[in-house]
Amino acid sequence: MRVQLDFMAVLAEWPLLLKGVAWTLALTAVAVIVGTLLGIACAWVRGRGFGDTLAPRWLQALVGGYVELIRNTPFIVQLFFIFFGLPAAGFKLSAETASFIAMVVNLGAYAAEIIRAGIEATPRGQIEAAISLALNRVQTFVRVVLPPALKKVWPGMVSQIIIVMLGSSVCGQISTQELSYAADLIQSRNFRSFEAFIVIGVIYLLLSVALRHGLNWVAARFLFGRG
Amino acid sequence: MKPTKRLFSIAIAALLASAAVQAQTALDDVLKSKTLKVAIPTDSAPYGYVGTDLKPIGLDIDMANYIGKKLGVAVELVPVTSANRIPALQTRKADLVISTLGKNAEREKVIDFTIAYSPFFQAVFGPKALNAKSFSDLAGKSVGVTRGAMEDQELGKVAPPSTDTKRFEDNNATIAAFVSGQVQFVALGASVAGNMMAKNPQLDSEYKLLLKDSPNFIGVAKGEDKLRTRVNEIIAEAKKNGDIDTMAKKWLGRPAGDLPL
Repeated sequence: MRVQLDFMAVLAEWPLLLKGVAWTLALTAVAVIVGTLLGIACAWVRGRGFGDTLAPRWLQALVGGYVELIRNTPFIVQLFFIFFGLPAAGFKLSAETASFIAMVVNLGAYAAEIIRAGIEATPRGQIEAAISLALNRVQTFVRVVLPPALKKVWPGMVSQIIIVMLGSSVCGQISTQELSYAADLIQSRNFRSFEAFIVIGVIYLLLSVALRHGLNWVAARFLFGRG
Repeated sequence: MKPTKRLFSIAIAALLASAAVQAQTALDDVLKSKTLKVAIPTDSAPYGYVGTDLKPIGLDIDMANYIGKKLGVAVELVPVTSANRIPALQTRKADLVISTLGKNAEREKVIDFTIAYSPFFQAVFGPKALNAKSFSDLAGKSVGVTRGAMEDQELGKVAPPSTDTKRFEDNNATIAAFVSGQVQFVALGASVAGNMMAKNPQLDSEYKLLLKDSPNFIGVAKGEDKLRTRVNEIIAEAKKNGDIDTMAKKWLGRPAGDLPL
């Protein structure tokens, strides 16, 4: 048997691949926006770096439990729990909704710990300065603590976001039509598995590089400024 | 982009060329190493599933051991899912695929088949409460199916375009989706579905529509005629002396019937 690579057989299915890219990007976009906000909220609850702005104890315990639960279980288990497990409890979600929720919940937990590290690294003097300028707690957190904290941990955040984007490949297991699902479907039709996975491997690589540059640009412009 | 891609494929083709040289040797390799690697299912009761002692059992496993015995070699079972049965042959992870494998034109392009060894049919199943007299009744409904299985291809041919086909990695995930209510109908091999319905009487589901009567064949890597001929001889002999019927009766509760060549 002669092994010949036939990339055209895979590339001819470009509408499927394009749809896969669109779903992967959509899953990632929602995960980045909602997950990062969730992460910031959880980081605020757990962060102990700024004086007396501590959340109630029960909320800290709740968020701590969430972070530990998510960070210590595999993503595919979380996804299967939401998709196959929750219907037994009466929450029936579509594959797409289950994927969105799993991605957000997953990134939220990791982002919480990454951002918390940034918050706790904020010098106490800056917070005292903010208070002495009569800024209230919310202003202090949003304007004084958060921007430099995000700036410090942004490289870590970006790589976590990329991990979550690549992790979205698992969502095809519950029939969300993302990029890996497209490749699996194509290779199950024409048996060009090697070519199909090379093609999506290259696409994932390009998406990751583009996403990293995009996130760095957006963050420098809107989150914490250049310099 | 283009020249780079071409260079890349040349590099990989060169890498694989060495593997391609050893064509037509599968039978010799099997006899020399005294092991026959057989790809078997673990999610398709009663053809291949995991028994209470966590070892694979079923008709396909019996068939694998039967052929191994006739060849006088040890059998190494390689568990596969529907979607990676054929890649297992292409990448030489297995010498034979005995895994509820149906024959169709798309598959014949990439692998070769022996004569049939057991009966099988695929169908759409669903709850009694939902009406499905013909395939047009599936319009707008969700149907779960195992990606790369015969059901997937057959369903694509007959179901109306508005059918929401949800594809899963293996039969267990497809069944889980149906049992948890994530899909309204499910397209499965009959015996797999029978097992699912027996274990989940609360679903109140039934046989709805026949997709295809497709007996199982043994898959051999393309061009391995020596191995294929030898296995064909073994199957033909087993048909004649009744061993095939004995296996079918043991696992399916009925004789194998008339199987195509």
